[in-house]
Amino acid sequence: MKLRDIAHTRSGDKGDISNISVIAYRLEDFALLQQTVTPDAVKAHLQGIVKGEVTRHELPSLGALNFVMDRALGGGVTRSLALDAHGKCLAALLLDLEISPRTGG
Amino acid sequence: MALAEHGKLGYLVFECLAERTIALAVRAKRDDPEKGYDPLLQERLSAVLPAATANKVKIISNMGAANPVAAARAAATIAGKLGLGPLKIAAITGDDVLAEISGANPLLEGGTVAEWPGELIAANAYLGAEPIVQALAEGADIILTGRVADPSLFLAPMIHEFGWPADDWQRFGQGTVVGHLLECAGQVSGGYFADPGFKDVPGLANLGFPFADVDANGQAIISKLPGSGGCITTATCKEQLLYELHDPSAYLTPDVTADFRNVRLEERAPDQVAVSGGSGTARPEQLKVTLGYHEGYFGEGQISYAGPGCVPRANLALSIVEERLKRLAGEIIELRLDLIGVNAIASIARPLAEQTEVRARIAARTRTPQAAAWIGREVEALYTNGPAGGGGVTQSVRPVVAAASTSIARERVTPRIHWEIVS
Repeated sequence: MKLRDIAHTRSGDKGDISNISVIAYRLEDFALLQQTVTPDAVKAHLQGIVKGEVTRHELPSLGALNFVMDRALGGGVTRSLALDAHGKCLAALLLDLEISPRTGG
Repeated sequence: MALAEHGKLGYLVFECLAERTIALAVRAKRDDPEKGYDPLLQERLSAVLPAATANKVKIISNMGAANPVAAARAAATIAGKLGLGPLKIAAITGDDVLAEISGANPLLEGGTVAEWPGELIAANAYLGAEPIVQALAEGADIILTGRVADPSLFLAPMIHEFGWPADDWQRFGQGTVVGHLLECAGQVSGGYFADPGFKDVPGLANLGFPFADVDANGQAIISKLPGSGGCITTATCKEQLLYELHDPSAYLTPDVTADFRNVRLEERAPDQVAVSGGSGTARPEQLKVTLGYHEGYFGEGQISYAGPGCVPRANLALSIVEERLKRLAGEIIELRLDLIGVNAIASIARPLAEQTEVRARIAARTRTPQAAAWIGREVEALYTNGPAGGGGVTQSVRPVVAAASTSIARERVTPRIHWEIVS
């Protein structure tokens, strides 16, 4: 299953920090997001783009996670040479993340 | 326009300043002391002022950019020409703190102000709602500011209307949530949301802009005009609530440390979402300052290849240009090579079996405009000297105005109000 099947995402930018919100369409899928969309999984999926630390904040009542990613925007929106300097597309790239529930104990 | 005419609004807010806009405006003001405000101010105010004055809608905007006083004078001229009045127009200044910033100030990015490469040309502190509230209390019809935190533009009329005390952090937090939801215009009403088959949004070509009906506790219903395009759902509100957010327990503005963790969103009717549960604690003692640096030049060239073998030909084009640019090594600070359609966004190339077209892109930051211009010229030369079948060359050069951040003690920043009166 892909992240896109159960959640929607949006990126935001401040300086060289990008944040991606990951929002479950249905609140009952939040636990699966918590379990599978870890900071390491996000960093690995965006390998080569996110150079710094990835921090995860949880908003259970909204069924949402918020990932704050350091050094993710080529030195900062205003000086980056990237075609998408704001990292607006990063949220959509993350939708392709493979998520599968952990089985057994 | 539609909102000013039919929205039954008390206040209409235009949020128009991106991170580096002020630094760009500072350059415009250097060339002409009557410039340096938003170049679209004339067009926007000419369009909305007749309906806004007829319906007694007050206008609040950061379109003042680097020159709120000149913006207010321009607004007065526009109102005069339209035969509108009497009107009180307030320009809020004091965000320009360039004189207060020393080279030893630490940057939030690390290092000091002096250590950042480039020439410091602008330093603007984020002002809060306070001076706007004061201008409203003194009867302003139009308020034009420079750098003000985006949600503060919306929080100010709530504080003014409901008389919230200056340390009512809970209501300031909730009001900030409402402001944050509204601050990106159509981004909460279905703009920047559609993903066909997953998130369908009707009528995007006629996207309705959002407004909020706010009660005395700051609880609000976000909606849009009937018949307009777009949609307002808990999902659109969640995306916007978390937009550009870091720690949801501490969203810092000059007015409050807002807490988004317990925000509740509830669909009351189609395209009507109730927002409650925002809260907050005491405002930060330091104000964030955005610094603008002139940091060299940006040069870019692009060229397309199509048909069988387009990716190898585009790669050959990139390597030719890269080799030719070696002679400018001393002037090129950073160089980037992309294949648009292959790896320009996703960074790691995921080769496609049958790529039918691709666009090669070379971008560089350089010390001189001449070196920046060479990037595009080398790409243009591929028409005659490069691989077969390249087409559609574009090239561009512009100065780089980079933004960095520091902070300043609140007491060192003094907002002031300048008035223009239209009789």
